[in-house]
This record gives sequence, C-alpha cells and structure tokens, in this order.
Amino acid sequence: MEWIVGLQALLQATVRMAAPLTFTAVGETYGERAGVINIGLEGLMLIGAVTAYAVAFASGSIWLGVLAAGLAAMVFGVLFGVVTITLGANQIVTGAALNLVGLGLSSFIYRAFFGTVTDRAIQPLETVKTPLLSQIPVLGPVLFEQNLLVYAALLLAPLAAWVLNRTMLGLAIRSVGEHPKATATAGLSVIGLRYGAVAFGALLAGVGGAYLSVAYANQFVENMVAGRGFIALAIVVFGRWSPLGALWASLLFGFTFALQLRLQAANIQIAYQFLQILPYVATIVAMILLRGQSAQPKALGVPYTERA
Amino acid sequence: MTTATLSRQTGAALWRNVALPILAILAALLVGALMLTLSGFNVLAAYSALWSGIFGNARNLGEAMMRATPLILIGAGIAIAFRCGIWNIGAEGQFYMGAAAGALIGLSAGDLPVWLSIPAALLFGALCGGLWAAIAGWLKVRLGLNEVVTTIMLNYIAIGIVGYLVTGPMQEASRYNPQTDEIAAGMVLPRLLPGMRVHAGFLLALILPVLAAILLFRTPLGFALRAVGYNPEAALHAGINVNRQYVLAISLSGAAAGIAGAVEVLGVIGRLYENISPGYGFTGIAVSLLAANHPVGTIFSGLLFGALTTGAELMQLTAKIPSAMTFSLQGLIIAFLVSFRAMQGRVWRRG
Amino acid sequence: MSEQTLRLRLAGISKHFGAVHANNNIALEVAAGEIHCLLGENGAGKSTLMNILYGLVRPDAGEIFLDDKPAAIHSPYQAIELGIGMVHQHFMLVPTLTVAENVILATRPLFSLRRLRETVIRDRRAIERQVGEVAQRYGLKIDPAARVSSLSVGEQQRVEIVKALYRGVNLLILDEPTAVLTPQETADLFQTLRSFAAGGLSIILITHKLHEVMAISDRVTVLRDGRVVGRRITRETDMHELAGLMVGRDVRLTVDKTPARPGAPALVIDRLTVVGGDGRRLLDNLSLQVAAGEILGVAGVDGNGQRELALAITGVIRPASGAIIANGQALVGRTPRQIADAGVRHIPEDRQHMGLILEFPIADNFVLKAFDRAPYTAHGLLQPAAITAYAQTLIERFDVRTPSPALPAANLSGGNQQKVVLGRELDSQPRVLVAAQPTRGLDVGATEYVHKALLAQRDAGAAILLISTELEEVLALSDRIVVIYEGRIVGEVPGDRANAQKIGLMMAGVQTASQAGGEYK
Repeated sequence: MEWIVGLQALLQATVRMAAPLTFTAVGETYGERAGVINIGLEGLMLIGAVTAYAVAFASGSIWLGVLAAGLAAMVFGVLFGVVTITLGANQIVTGAALNLVGLGLSSFIYRAFFGTVTDRAIQPLETVKTPLLSQIPVLGPVLFEQNLLVYAALLLAPLAAWVLNRTMLGLAIRSVGEHPKATATAGLSVIGLRYGAVAFGALLAGVGGAYLSVAYANQFVENMVAGRGFIALAIVVFGRWSPLGALWASLLFGFTFALQLRLQAANIQIAYQFLQILPYVATIVAMILLRGQSAQPKALGVPYTERA
Repeated sequence: MTTATLSRQTGAALWRNVALPILAILAALLVGALMLTLSGFNVLAAYSALWSGIFGNARNLGEAMMRATPLILIGAGIAIAFRCGIWNIGAEGQFYMGAAAGALIGLSAGDLPVWLSIPAALLFGALCGGLWAAIAGWLKVRLGLNEVVTTIMLNYIAIGIVGYLVTGPMQEASRYNPQTDEIAAGMVLPRLLPGMRVHAGFLLALILPVLAAILLFRTPLGFALRAVGYNPEAALHAGINVNRQYVLAISLSGAAAGIAGAVEVLGVIGRLYENISPGYGFTGIAVSLLAANHPVGTIFSGLLFGALTTGAELMQLTAKIPSAMTFSLQGLIIAFLVSFRAMQGRVWRRG
Repeated sequence: MSEQTLRLRLAGISKHFGAVHANNNIALEVAAGEIHCLLGENGAGKSTLMNILYGLVRPDAGEIFLDDKPAAIHSPYQAIELGIGMVHQHFMLVPTLTVAENVILATRPLFSLRRLRETVIRDRRAIERQVGEVAQRYGLKIDPAARVSSLSVGEQQRVEIVKALYRGVNLLILDEPTAVLTPQETADLFQTLRSFAAGGLSIILITHKLHEVMAISDRVTVLRDGRVVGRRITRETDMHELAGLMVGRDVRLTVDKTPARPGAPALVIDRLTVVGGDGRRLLDNLSLQVAAGEILGVAGVDGNGQRELALAITGVIRPASGAIIANGQALVGRTPRQIADAGVRHIPEDRQHMGLILEFPIADNFVLKAFDRAPYTAHGLLQPAAITAYAQTLIERFDVRTPSPALPAANLSGGNQQKVVLGRELDSQPRVLVAAQPTRGLDVGATEYVHKALLAQRDAGAAILLISTELEEVLALSDRIVVIYEGRIVGEVPGDRANAQKIGLMMAGVQTASQAGGEYK
C-alpha cells in the first residue's frame, strides 16, 4: 500500500505545481484568442510574485497580497497594451522588453525593501479540506485537500471555457483574434476587446506569480519564476488555445515537475535533467503532431490599424 | 516627387536610428530615476555612482568591454535573423550549446598548438550553436512550427543538456560541484590590457559585426535574406529560395551566439557550469533592437548594455542600490524605443 | 420609389489621406425605397465615402443627415444603431464561426449586470432557428449552423446581407457586390435587392460596372477623383454618357491592335490538376495552348482557379498532376528561378505583395531576379554601381516617374510600381509571359500604358497568357479567349466583342443560353 501513498503525494504535488501554470496559461489563452501574444508572462509573474510577497508581508494578509499582485501585473499588462495595441509595436519585442523590466523590477524591489530585513517569512496559505469529498481515496486528497488558490485555479479553467464558448463576450473575443476587421464592422471595439483580454491575462499571470511566492515557497527568491512564464506560453499552444486544454496541459507539466523533484529527493540515479527538459520536448512533439490543424488565431500577433 | 523626398528619407533614417535610441535611453533613465526616488534612494548619488562605475577609471571601462563581448556577438547574430524576418528568441540556448562545445575542446585539446586549439574551440562553438538554431529553422520551414515557441523551448532543453553534462559525463574529476574542470591553461584567451579582464574575444566582437554587416548589405546572400525579411511572398515569386534563407539566417544567428558561448568559456569563466549565462541571449535581443538590427550598431548598443551592467554593479557597492535595476533599464530602453518608432510611423503615415 | 422622404443626405463631405483628396466636398441624397448607384473608377473615392457613412473613417469635414436629422457617426456601432448596414467587398465574416454566430455577433450586450441573461448564449439551436427565420422572411437561403469557412462566396454574401437585416436596417450599402459573383448569382442578388427596395429599404450600390447601374438603379451619382461629377436619373441616361462622366472623356472601349500572327505553340498546358489544402481540386485537368505572338485571354469570375494557374506555371505551387511545357521544356518540378530563366516571366496579380519589395530601393527591385549574377554581383559582392546604372536605363525606357532609383518602391504610385514590374519582367524579352490582373487598381493612363506594352510584347513574338477578371480587358486585348470555371476551361471563342454574351454565360458555368443571363440585361 506504500505505493498508493507515494502516488497520492505525487499527484497532490502535481496539482500544486500545475496551479500557477493554469492561472497564467488560461489568462494568456484569452489574450491570444483576442489576437495578442504576450511573451512577457515571465516578467508579469515575477512582478506578481514580489508584489504579493511584499504586500502580504506588510499587511499580514495573503489575500491582500494576491489581490495586489493581480492589480500590479494588470497595470503592466495595460502598459504592454499601450505599446502593442494602441501604438501597434511588435508584440514579441515588447514582450521581451517586459520580461527584462519584470526581472529587474522584482529583484530591485525585493532588495531595496527587504535587503536588511532578517525575518522574511510569511504565514503560509493553509490547506483547506473539502468536507466529505476529501475522504475519497487517492482523488480526495489530490483534488480536495489543497489551498484555496489551487481550488480557484481548478475552477477557473472550466469557467473561462464557458465564458469563451457560451457568452456574447466570449464570441466577441473569439472573433477579434480571427478577423478583427469583421469584429469592428459588427460594431465592436477591437482595441477595447484586446485591452480587456490582455489586462485579464496579465492579472492572471500576476496571480500565478503570487501563488509561487505566497502559496508555494512562502518567500520571494530572485528570478523565482524560473521559466514558468515561458512554459505557460507553451501550454497555450499545447492546450490548443482552449482554457480546458490549458488545464490539462498544466497538469501534465505539473506532473513532470513533481516527478522530477521526487526523483531528485529520492536520490534515484537517473539524470533528472532529462525529466526537466521533458515538458519542452513534449511541447515541440505535440506541435509536430498537431501541425496543419492548428487552432492558432489567424490575427495572432498582428497589430490592428483602424484605417479602412 | 522631388529630390527633397530623398533627403527627407535620409533625415528620417538618421532620426530613426540615432535620435530615437538616444531619446529612448533618456526616457528609460528618467523612469529609472522615478523608481529610485520612490524607493527612497538619492537619484543624483545613484546616477553619479553609475557614471563613475562606467567611466570612473580605465579598469571599469575594460570590465564593460568584457561584459559587452557576448552581448555584441549575440546581438550581431540576432540582427541577421531579424533582418530575415525569423524571430530567433533562442540565442540563450544557442549560447549554452556554444559554451558546452567550447568547454569540450578546451578540456580535451590542450595538447594541440594554440593557433589550432582556440580556433577549433570557437568553430565548434559556432557549429553547435548554429546547428541548435537550425533545428528551429528546420521545424519552421518543413513542418510550419512557429519559431518563437520552438526557440524558447530549445532554450530550456539546451540549459537542461548543459546541466546534465556538468553533473554527468563532463563533471569535474572530484565530482564535487556541478561543473567541469578548468580548461587547458594554454587555451585561455589572452587579456588585452594588464589588470583588466577584457580579453581577446573583444576583438572578435569588433570584427564579427563588420563581417555580418558586409554579409547583409554587400553580398547577394544578404540581399536575399533582407528580401525575405521584408516580403517573403515577393521573394518567393522572384525565385529566391525562401526556406533556405530562413534556415541560413537562423543558423548564422545561432553560430554567432555559439561563438559567444565559447568565447565566454575560454575568455572569462575558464570552465562550464550550470547557469553560465545571466540571460545574455535575451539581452542580446535588446542589443540588436537598440541597434535597429544593424550589426555594426550592436557594437555600440552592446557596449552601452555592458557598461550599464558594470556601472550598476559598482553602484550597488558604493550606493547600495540593487544592480538588478539594469535589467529594468534595458527593458525600458527597448519598450520606449519600439513605442517611439511606432509613434513616428503613425505620424509619418498621417503626414 | 417614394420621393417624399429623404432617407440619407450627405453634405460637404471631405477627407484626405496625405496629399490625396479621397473625398472633396461630396453631396449625396438617397430617398426611402430607392436603389442608388455610386459609380466611379477604382480610386474615385466611393469606398472612402461609404466607410465614412459607416463610421469606419472619420471625415475632415461635412455633415450626415438621416431622415432629415443630423447624425454623428464615429463608429460602426453608431451606424448600426442608426439602421445602416454594410456589405463589404471583402466579406466581414469570421470563417471559424458558424453563420448564426456571425449574425448575432455584437447584437446583445457583452457584459451587463442588469441584462445578464442576454449576455449568455444559452441555446444555440434557438438562435440558429431565429437566424434562419430572418433569412427565410427575406427569401435568402442559408444554413445557420454551417461554418462560414465551408460556404461559397455567394452564400457568404447572403450571410452578410442577413447580418445587416438581423440588426434592423433601413439603409443598406453594398460595396462592389458582384465582383465575386457569376452573372446568374448577380441576377439573383438584383432580384433580392429589388424586393427589398419595394419594401421601403434604401440601397446604395457601389460599382464601376455600367451595365449594373442601368440594370438595377433608380438614380446614379458619379464620382471622379473624389468629386461628384454628375447626378442622373437612370432611365434618362445611357451607358455612354455615364462612361464619359466616369473617366472624364469619351472612352474607347477598344484598343488599337493589329491582327495577331501566331506562330508555333510556346506554352502548352496539358491536363493540369492542382489540389488545395482541403483536398478540393482548384485546377481540374486543365489544358490550353498559347502560340508565340498571340494573346490568350482567360476570362472568369474571381476565384475559379486563375490564381493557381498562374502560380503553377511560374513554379510557386506544385501541381498534383499534368504537364506544363514552355518552348519545349517541361516546367513542372522546376523552381521559380529555373522557370524564369527558361524565359517564362510573370506579372503577378498583386504587385505590392507578390511583385515588389516595397521597402527596397527601386533599383534593387529591378534586379530582384538577377541580383546574384554578373554584372550585379562580382567576386561574391554586390555591385551597387552596376545595379544603379541598369535601373537608370529601365527607369527611362519604362517611363517610371521618380527622382532617384534609390527611393523605396513604396514611394511610387500604383502605375509607376507596375512599370517597375513590367520593366523587370519584359527587359529579358520573355518568350512566355503570364500577365495576371495586369491593370488592377490602375488609373486610365497607366492601364493604357500596360495594354500597349503587352501588345508590343506580343508583336515581338511572345506568347502571352492574360488572366483577368475584367471582361472588358480580356475582350479588348485577346486574340483568343478561353473561359475558366471551377478550375476547368469550359469554352473557347475568338477574341472579338460579339461573344461577350456567350462568355458571360460560360463564366457562370452555363453552356446554353436558355437557363440564365436574360434577367439582368
């Protein structure tokens, strides 16, 4: 029976590792469905992580920290929007710049304000057992014995999918990434929809970053996002631009992370780096297998100019 | 249309490639000042520390040149890829592959004469970096995969491979740290000036961009690359093999990043370890963009970014200001630059 | 047509782009239940005017009155609210969505707490039924559940019309609606529009085709160079008067040309089949021959395989089967470069995207197919002096209006850009020339220039395949005419005007005169 306990712990860790990816990737899915690719997720997550940590440390409230993280990242998302949507600058380049800004700013803030603080610990986000459901063998602890942010991530994906597929707003977002001009002539604001989607995506990236500092590591470490922003970008592709696809892909990536840490901890003599690169190889393989039937929005990365 | 149109064209180019970058740098410094003020630092003290960190003494300048070397090499390569319209975000991984290749030769070719072993290390670095980049090029032209995503994935795969090498087959004899042994003493690149860490690799960083510029603007290959970059469909109709140009451009770009990796191992670090690059590959993108994707321009933008890094380190020592600020400044410079260019484009169209 | 109520009045509308006055002090009146044609050549300012009315473009000056009330229209949203609908020349439909989704897009609030239930799409079937009912009420046949990407162009146009009707429209603008339709589909559309007008709907039809004005409109306003140059009641005017107004002088509908003296076949296409990404046969066993010294015109409605024909000959796309032989050399399997070297040259249908690199200097565009050869490249390096010198001679020979060969091609007018393409393609004395839509978007002067250049090339012994959707152009230039329909050649006629009617029927895929065509004359 020991292996069941082991498997349960592994899957529990999988879900914990997947949550920040889910937040960020679902948000980016919205942005990309609206036609804007933001490769600056890494920077946004770092901004979220440091903001959440700083606010939680100062106020003592983790939830205030998470809220502040979302808002701070959203501000940077809007600035990204000003450059790419209003001014029509290249989205890849601007995203790369955003990564540098986020990396520098998060470390700067942390060192400037916590350089001299000795006790930097914050209260960890506690685990909340769902009554009854957490009693289910294996699946119970995996899905229903987690912190509230994990629950939020698990609920977010289906909710985001429903909004995208079953509401007028979702219809508008799906249109604007495929054929912005058609969307404009139908009487909608391309600029407004794109700002909204990008700001929403940034907000979720901020929450994803906040998760890392206040719900996972309980501290801030420089460059602690460690490539997860780029992984989220891969997850969007892997999940074929659907929020539920993003959830599954996040769980898959989370599983490889969890397995990798287990193997390292168990000191099993297998090169854990190969596990480390597995998600990236898997993404490329998936792209190869799914090529040709790509669900990529037609207008992705193309600035919209109103001149008719 | 008159000849006035022509001189307006040159004026526009000058404005775009010289004045706007300077404005972007000033705007970034202004935002940096705001950042410092809000964090309770003295802006004047900070920037004067930054300034003297760069120009305070000759040693600092030498340090800046050393820092600039990988940035210039990577930036000049990225300029080739971007001119061809292929988005190589994978210079970081290509740098790692080049570094691994340089270390491999550096560890094993110590018995060869230096005139053979050092070029061999650099060439092998170029080869490995170039081939690594070619994967993304091949995936783009054969299977239609977006190179932005694949190059980002390949970055992490390369970093993982280097991690494996330095904990496995290439790990130091003592098997203590995740790193290799030091490379053969004879293969360490000679220092250019006494007491400074700037090494012979910097000369390469002056030569390679010039060669890249000649390639781009004076050879038929460069003509074809630029044609594809501006308009791949028209290039295809004109009989240019578009796919070949994409693969060539990203491979050349990767080769330059590979050389940068090998140079860093031979010139500065002397061995290979896990996180050998502090994001050079990403900063290299900024270096190329600031230079308007002109290889020769990357010498200047690379030196600027190198100087910012050394200056900020000394700023941290003397004024206690976190050096991480440089990343923000670099990011802001690019953000302002693309914004200014986009704004200028709008004014131009309207005018 | 009831004259008492004025549905739309435009007064003093002006708009300039850069130095170009797209609209200059334009006035327009449309009554309720009227079909009003806006006639003008390409670039006369018709589309700009309608985009202003639809809120897509902001005018520099002028006023809009709807039902005698001043209207401020700053966005399509406001235009729709005011009952204006527009069917764009390039359909504004999202191909990945269904017909019903396209129709209901933006017809209900995206987010509203008070009207929360309206923001949710609860029952797709119910919405599809609703859209289907609207379509049926106006006699338009469409399947609301179909994905737009699977529809024919005619069906897509009906979706566009339903989209406008669903939003409640009392002024419908159609921008060049017949450009992609067969004569039969055009007849159906006109029938529909007449019934709409009878029901009180006002319709503005943008066109440059004279017979359409005569066939459908009550009144016509003619634009030239951004100004109104004439207003007529349709039954009081004729095609010649309108043509004169449109181009500013009496038009010659024919081009001076001598009879062709065709030689041996220079281009032979044998059972050529091209299959698209979705498995559809874009070219289906197509065969044709062009002799040296003759112009073979390929007439047809846009989208029937013309593009694939040109691209297969020039090696840009690879056919699934069949042979292409030019001057005895098989071309299939060769690269575009090798085909150009074999003396097969191409004037592509879209010079800005396929023919030129706009950011490159004019000089570099002249050597786009020869830059890596002597004398433009020597010792592995480009020779700017040789390139510039060559460009200078072509600039003079082809009368390109530019102060310098160093200027980017983007700075040239459309006509001069086309001269750069002509210069590059004709200077090598090609034996086969594929000219696709060679005068699209050009003014009258530039069109004449291109036509003369093509005829001169013919007389010099080239075999010319002229692919054009402008039937007038095909009729004026061709020595023989074939008609392409759904990837096949459906008929051949000698190149004289008497066959226009016959060609029109074949373009519609109709072989005999009994089934269609009568309606829209």
